[in-house]
Amino acid sequence: MSVAITARGLARRFGAKWAVAGIDLDVPRAQIYGFLGPNGSGKSTTIRMLCGLLVPTRGTVSVLGHEVPRESEVVRRKLGYMTQRFSLWDDLTVRENLEFMCRVYGLGRAEIRERIADRMSRYDLAGIAAQRAGTLSGGQRQRLALGAATLHDPELLLLDEPTSAVDPQSRRDFWESLFELVGGGTTILVSTHYMDEAERCHRLAILDDGRVAAEGEPKALARDIDAAVVEIGEIDFAAARRSLAGLAAVRSVAQLGNRLRVLLPRGTPEPERLIRAALADGNPGAQVVRVGASLEDVFVAATRLRGDASSPGRAA
Amino acid sequence: MKWLERLTAVAAKEVRQLSRDRITIGLIVGLPTMQLLLFGYAINFDVRGVETAVLDQARTSLSRRLVADLGATQVLGEIRQAGTNRELRALMQQGEANIAIVIAPDLERRLAKGDRAALQILVDGSQPALENVAAGLAAMPLLRRHGASPAARPVEILVAYNPEKRTAVQIVPALCGVILTMTMMVFTATAIVRERERGNLELLITTPVSTAELMAGKLLPYVGIGLVQTTLILALGYWLFDVAIAGSLVDLYLGALLFIAASLALGLLVSTIAQTQFQAIQMALVLMLPSILMSGFMFPFEGMPRAAQWIAQVLPLTHFNEIIRGIVLRGAGLGDMRPELLKLCAILAVVLTLARARFHKRLD
Repeated sequence: MSVAITARGLARRFGAKWAVAGIDLDVPRAQIYGFLGPNGSGKSTTIRMLCGLLVPTRGTVSVLGHEVPRESEVVRRKLGYMTQRFSLWDDLTVRENLEFMCRVYGLGRAEIRERIADRMSRYDLAGIAAQRAGTLSGGQRQRLALGAATLHDPELLLLDEPTSAVDPQSRRDFWESLFELVGGGTTILVSTHYMDEAERCHRLAILDDGRVAAEGEPKALARDIDAAVVEIGEIDFAAARRSLAGLAAVRSVAQLGNRLRVLLPRGTPEPERLIRAALADGNPGAQVVRVGASLEDVFVAATRLRGDASSPGRAA
Repeated sequence: MKWLERLTAVAAKEVRQLSRDRITIGLIVGLPTMQLLLFGYAINFDVRGVETAVLDQARTSLSRRLVADLGATQVLGEIRQAGTNRELRALMQQGEANIAIVIAPDLERRLAKGDRAALQILVDGSQPALENVAAGLAAMPLLRRHGASPAARPVEILVAYNPEKRTAVQIVPALCGVILTMTMMVFTATAIVRERERGNLELLITTPVSTAELMAGKLLPYVGIGLVQTTLILALGYWLFDVAIAGSLVDLYLGALLFIAASLALGLLVSTIAQTQFQAIQMALVLMLPSILMSGFMFPFEGMPRAAQWIAQVLPLTHFNEIIRGIVLRGAGLGDMRPELLKLCAILAVVLTLARARFHKRLD
């Protein structure tokens, strides 16, 4: 498996705060690699270090075989970057924005005409070609941004929370486009805080507080989760929550519709029995079932249960 | 008192936000301090040390004493001796002398008879406030002591380059520099900071565009705009205020081009420091005030203390004022303006180097 990005001990400090506190990455080529993490977990800072916008405080990065930031300029020719905020020009039209980006990447006239025509049809921009970017909807802007980021056929695409301002249908279409690009050999690194998007990635790193809390294929992450997951139904929620709060083994309780989802340490013997016993007072008829973990459970387990060990204060 | 509650909430929020904008806080204190120091110390209507050329056609002991006495007033600074009338004119054209004194060959006779002026004072009308200096010199009792008859008017004042003494003639060329300073610096500074504020810059700097390409590309359109403004000001000056251009247009545009480049470079430097457009405008203002006050645009350069004159040397407008007054009013060529051109080039080089060093293709 060929590797697009390698990072070792990558860290970045702002003032006294370590935004990224030493992470190792191996991003395989021609796959979608996801960064899943809450706001402030270091996703954007990491992406910015990968494209040479920020200089790491410590650690080494190699992108497409080039050392960053020393060889940033070489990497920039092979890289497409979609910033978190729409960063094309509001006062230029869709076509003008695309033309400008083509010229900045040094494409020839014929190439420019051909690429723009292709991206216009591929990302459904033809109908809004003459419209100023500032007047576009969230979904249209995002298609324009993706079109612009791919004009120079980059080997690597860095997408920083690309779908945060977009409706669900646009998100689906957007991910279709990403898989199309990956099919053509592009490597994509995408950061998100949506579980459903994380599930679509080939591989995933869950970032928490500047560290990689878990890493692997989404399915494998769910299978190997370091927790037991139990669902409880047919109960009085307030009473159940009170009962569970007294249980030392319970690491997380979340309500999903009319069920409660409870995470316990993986080694807990017979978690269902433990919970039934705890609920016996207020909810004797409760239905307690052991279920398979979802990615959200993985996320909660990785970001909360781990945190438990090192900094007890964060568990709540 | 709900309204008072809401009002104070808005005011308190404003104060809190202001207190977190370090550059603005600095300017709240810095601008008035700077302005006061400039007005208080640098601006001086009592002109001293005016550069002077003397053509002594009499060459008698009296004429020499007269020159020495004039020098002793401190109103005149360095006094250069010119051998011929042509030399005298050249010194004025190059701006080496702002006042010229011509002593008549038959000084003693004229003083005694009192029918014709024994002394001619030639004032560079393209500079502000010099005419008053000449009038002051003429009114001094020096000549009476040296034997002029009380009834005679031994001194004649001539205003060169602006014989009708019209303010517009002084103001229009100098205003060209002031307007360019304001627009060029603010335009570039805000143009770049706006892209930073809107996030465009983060995208641009991840593309292969180089720092030099980016900087030059951002500045080039404003060079054109600057030349258009120069043309507009001079054309309006000609049509509306009858200010004709005595020198060559090519020289004028070349000088303007250099000045525009220096002003743009300053704007670029501002843009590398300011984080918001608001800050950029304020910082440009900090550079503009001394430019307007100390460049010799409004107040005579000679009236400023040494320190202020040194500060004025680093402002592009000081040198451009010399150049444009020389070309437009005195008919000088760029060759006459070599020191000013060199100083402008030096400022441009230093500022560009600083801006280049500060302008990274990075976010940190």
